[in-house]
Amino acid sequence: MNEKYIAIIDYNAGNIKSVANAFQKIGALIKVSNSQKIIRNACAIVMPGVGAFGDSMKNLEIFKLTDLIRREIKRKPFLGICLGLQLLFEYSTEKEQNEGLGILKGYVDKIPDGVKIPHIGWNQINILKKDSRIFKNIENNENFYFVHSFSAICEDSSIISSTTDYGTLLTASIERDNIFALQFHPEKSSQKGMIILENFMNYVQEEG
Amino acid sequence: MITKRIIPCLDVSKGRVVKGVSFINLRDAGDPVELAAYYDREGADEIIFLDITASHERRKTVVELASKTAEKVFIPYTIGGGINRTDDIREILKKGADKISINTSAVENPNLIEEGARFFGSQCIVVAIDAKRISNSNWEVYIHGGRTPTGLDAVQWAKQVEDLGAGEILLTSMDKDGTKDGYDIELTHAIASSINIPVIASGGAGKLEHLRDVIKLAGADAVLVASIFHYGEFTVRQAKEYLRKEGINIRM
Repeated sequence: MNEKYIAIIDYNAGNIKSVANAFQKIGALIKVSNSQKIIRNACAIVMPGVGAFGDSMKNLEIFKLTDLIRREIKRKPFLGICLGLQLLFEYSTEKEQNEGLGILKGYVDKIPDGVKIPHIGWNQINILKKDSRIFKNIENNENFYFVHSFSAICEDSSIISSTTDYGTLLTASIERDNIFALQFHPEKSSQKGMIILENFMNYVQEEG
Repeated sequence: MITKRIIPCLDVSKGRVVKGVSFINLRDAGDPVELAAYYDREGADEIIFLDITASHERRKTVVELASKTAEKVFIPYTIGGGINRTDDIREILKKGADKISINTSAVENPNLIEEGARFFGSQCIVVAIDAKRISNSNWEVYIHGGRTPTGLDAVQWAKQVEDLGAGEILLTSMDKDGTKDGYDIELTHAIASSINIPVIASGGAGKLEHLRDVIKLAGADAVLVASIFHYGEFTVRQAKEYLRKEGINIRM
């Protein structure tokens, strides 16, 4: 490996372009790819995505990336965004039940009734992990941009690093060791979103 | 709690902003991307571009706009104008736009709403409705930039587009548009209280009180603002500070 880069997994899910643009804006060296080799040789992995859970898992399988992600996530910084958070869990109840990557214990379920779905717009996050490096320089109750109809239900609630209030409390972010995942979209959350991506980039540099 | 959104709207023709924006000290104040980036820095919650290029080139100009904006703007943005096929929607979203807005093509081909929602998700399908009052409590839908009456009742049409899978409604009062004497509270309330998807109110903003009223009295989820920002009468920040002081949940 001569150059250190962050691999952004391109598995035909939506919104890849915006995530790539945001990382470029903060000066990160990135490669957008679905090649096993490029992802294996990256110093960190970002899995973005907007779309359907089942179709996206199928795409990961077509590109032969599911086992690769399960392996690589054990040894390098990982950032999942939106669907990239949800796919880490065991399954989703979207349409018929769909299996996920099963890296985290729990499942993904429709946001409870009684509110407008999708949850779309700027909402405050309540940071539970106050010392989280990804939330460095982010004040509690800061607003971030959400677009989702499904939400992660974690078996181990200690991995929830922030929540957001949308009728009920929803998982806004996850953190376990080197695994970070955000239900909201930092790439669409203006300057505060950029701070989060910079925090991740700094973590990658420290680890590398 | 989810915040109410302030959305500057930019009319674009052949890649340039229509109605020049003179007050802002930008290298090129006619460049829609520069302007959108400025509004992002100012605290706007989203941007809507309406491409009004009057030619067959419009499809090319909206795709270009989507692509250039994605490089410099890091808040959600919507592109509307001349979109009438699902392939157009796919292309614009792939360039980085978050939503597309359809108006005439939605009336002429309601399937487009359904297909768009099925392929890309409701969250990215905004249906724009231009409505004109025909009696105390009835409004008619117009298309072709407000030139052609359709005979459709605005409230019924709004319900129908929700059923077809639209994720949001951009509601413009043709009676109020350009008057600067406030949004159409009755129209906005009639629609917002009949459907369960967000309504963006448009047409008539002249003072900050107007923004407050359409949110508080009519139940709008977002307000579209054009000239009072473009001509520098108020900044986005002033609008947000005012609304927050009025007790509305706003992202600062």
